[in-house]
Amino acid sequence: METKTNPAVTREQQLDLYRFMLLNRTVEDTMTNLFRQNKIVGGLYSSLGQEAISVGTTYALEKRDWIAPMIRNIGGLLVKGVRPRDIFTQHMARYTSPTLGKDGTSHFGDLKNLHIVSPISMLGDLIPVMTGVAMAGRYLGQKIVALTWIGDGGTSTGAFHEGVNLAAQQRAALVLVIENNGWAYSTPVGRQVPIEHLADRAKAYGCRAFIEDGNDVEAMFTTAREAVRLCRAGEGPVIIEAKTMRMRGHAQHDPAEYVPKEMFEYWKRRDPIETYEKRLAAAGVLTDKKKAEILEGIRAVVQEDLAFAENSPFPPPELAESAIYCEGPLLVEPQWERPVAEVTPPRSSVKPEWRKAGRGEFQPDAVEGAGAVPRSGTAPAAPSPRVSGDGARRDGAKPAARAPSKRAAKSAPPVRGRK
Amino acid sequence: MALVTLLEGIRQALFEEMARDPAVVCIGEDIGVYGGAFKVTAGLLERFGWERVIDTPISETAIIGAACGMSYLGLRPVCELQFVDFIACCFNQLTNFVAKSYYLWGAPVPMVVRAPSGGGVHGGPFHSQNPEMYFAHTPGLKIVYPSTAYDAKGLMKSAIRDNNPVLFFEHKFLYRRIKDEIPGGDYTVPLGKAAVRREGRDVSIVTYAAMTHTSMDAAAELAKEGIEAEVLDLRTLMPLDKEAILASVKKTNRLLVVHEDTRFGGIAGEIAALVFERAFDDLDAPVRRVTALDTPVPYSPPLEERFLPQVKDVVTAARELARY
Repeated sequence: METKTNPAVTREQQLDLYRFMLLNRTVEDTMTNLFRQNKIVGGLYSSLGQEAISVGTTYALEKRDWIAPMIRNIGGLLVKGVRPRDIFTQHMARYTSPTLGKDGTSHFGDLKNLHIVSPISMLGDLIPVMTGVAMAGRYLGQKIVALTWIGDGGTSTGAFHEGVNLAAQQRAALVLVIENNGWAYSTPVGRQVPIEHLADRAKAYGCRAFIEDGNDVEAMFTTAREAVRLCRAGEGPVIIEAKTMRMRGHAQHDPAEYVPKEMFEYWKRRDPIETYEKRLAAAGVLTDKKKAEILEGIRAVVQEDLAFAENSPFPPPELAESAIYCEGPLLVEPQWERPVAEVTPPRSSVKPEWRKAGRGEFQPDAVEGAGAVPRSGTAPAAPSPRVSGDGARRDGAKPAARAPSKRAAKSAPPVRGRK
Repeated sequence: MALVTLLEGIRQALFEEMARDPAVVCIGEDIGVYGGAFKVTAGLLERFGWERVIDTPISETAIIGAACGMSYLGLRPVCELQFVDFIACCFNQLTNFVAKSYYLWGAPVPMVVRAPSGGGVHGGPFHSQNPEMYFAHTPGLKIVYPSTAYDAKGLMKSAIRDNNPVLFFEHKFLYRRIKDEIPGGDYTVPLGKAAVRREGRDVSIVTYAAMTHTSMDAAAELAKEGIEAEVLDLRTLMPLDKEAILASVKKTNRLLVVHEDTRFGGIAGEIAALVFERAFDDLDAPVRRVTALDTPVPYSPPLEERFLPQVKDVVTAARELARY
């Protein structure tokens, strides 16, 4: 695991983080009410108790960066600039929603302005896609970072493996946040994988990783900020495992009776918003006046957007037959931020050699050292990946020396789920 | 004009499109120094460099996923699957992520997936398949399957310039066996347009890819008996050139569909339904099909020969139709 530098979080940032978490929760509470009124057409998936992860990590990005949310990352959408009305109309299947009613939940995106890639329901698929986003950004010279999330359950998919491996091989500017919320639907994490920390897998991929308290929004923010810095410096990808707890069932229909009561109680005491509110109040950052201001701001926008959504029509039936193919121009033409001459002949021309530095050369030491050395699954040594000669390191430069191993988690939460 | 193979036609298209547009990049397994399993990408790395000719791990899902992500920033990636049989490994990325992207949230995916396909070279059950109909059944994808070198080059250029995901099937039996005169300079062949390979008045043979050549050989045989078959090469399966099919049926009043894909759920059934729905009164005989068997592609030459449609099968079916 990695150590991180930790510049102070400003007052303004602290209040932003608090406000976005509160907005996230208010939007979801509003939708829970809508669900009970039968106004949500499909399922409703809660990120209650996980707001610090979506908000803190997305807050570390710049406007030019890209995100791809999963179902419990409404906070990330809000930080990126999505209005609550888009989230309400999506869930209510209205014509005014970003997908015009063709899909629901957080399944929408914005290529042109906010740089958001829509998820699909199949877990892990976003990892190779966002790796491609990062690769394209690098190719175009944009210096962007791509960030996406995956649950503990999603780490067992094949797409997760292929995606992380490609990202590591490409040294792509990808931040992958593993939200370890203890449960994949009804299956505790201890019955999904035989390891304690999902981030330990980073070693096998040859990429960096942090383990962080997912209920501490500042920790999520500063760790993501460090991950983003590393990615922009060409040292990606970076995995962040956020330890947290899913405080509701898989979706609204699921009462989560399989979760031990004391587990909910433990995590209730660690609620990311309540704990942060106390912390900011104690530090004199969040005064009663400021809090009232924030609450009023959130109430106003949520009420306005809720009214907008409730007054929105359903789509006309004939819309179902529209837009199978893109017949017009692309939404996004390539935005070059480097000379095109670098990637066109004659400057792009290379000698097609196998034995390029770090690329497929014979290493007798690696063979002789192989022996019957046991490889512990929990070895904490820092990764030292071979660097491929293509992509980011065309010049065959050696990677920067790795920081010594040190787990970044402040206080490891207790083991969750029944092993 | 130079005589070039179907493989070389595709290779020329890749070279010319990469030279024309820096947004075009290639991504796949062993496509760089090695030049691809069939050498379709040979020389691309030398000319366009490591950033534009990207070798990947053996990860079909990651290849398709990464290409999709690249396309969101306006690039036009051309993926190579080493054999189309391995498209099963990235079925989810293609059918759920790539194909639905534009319809659901308006994000176009201008990418091409190239893949050597088809049988007749004794490649066995996992290197000989024709899985095009899994994808024809998935709204949002375009499917191209050329039979000539001229078309392969022109269709590849159209596929790369198209703003939709295009699956480009390259019949490996035809790769080096088919040669065409190809003009110098830029030209394209439009997607979604079939081509009449041979005019005829007695029976329409609708086909594509390697079976175009089988059907042409059959038509030559039939001509000796005085039966003039019209051979229509679909070239693109999605979108399907329905008008060309209907026009030919209206002319000959008899339809035979020939494909190398297996029978059940093959495109012949879909074409038959189209003709029943829209040209039933023009038919003088039931629609016939000549297809591969509904089995995996067997390995041993006598078994594979039995599996694949042969010239004699096409001749027999067309003759029966003409005499119906």
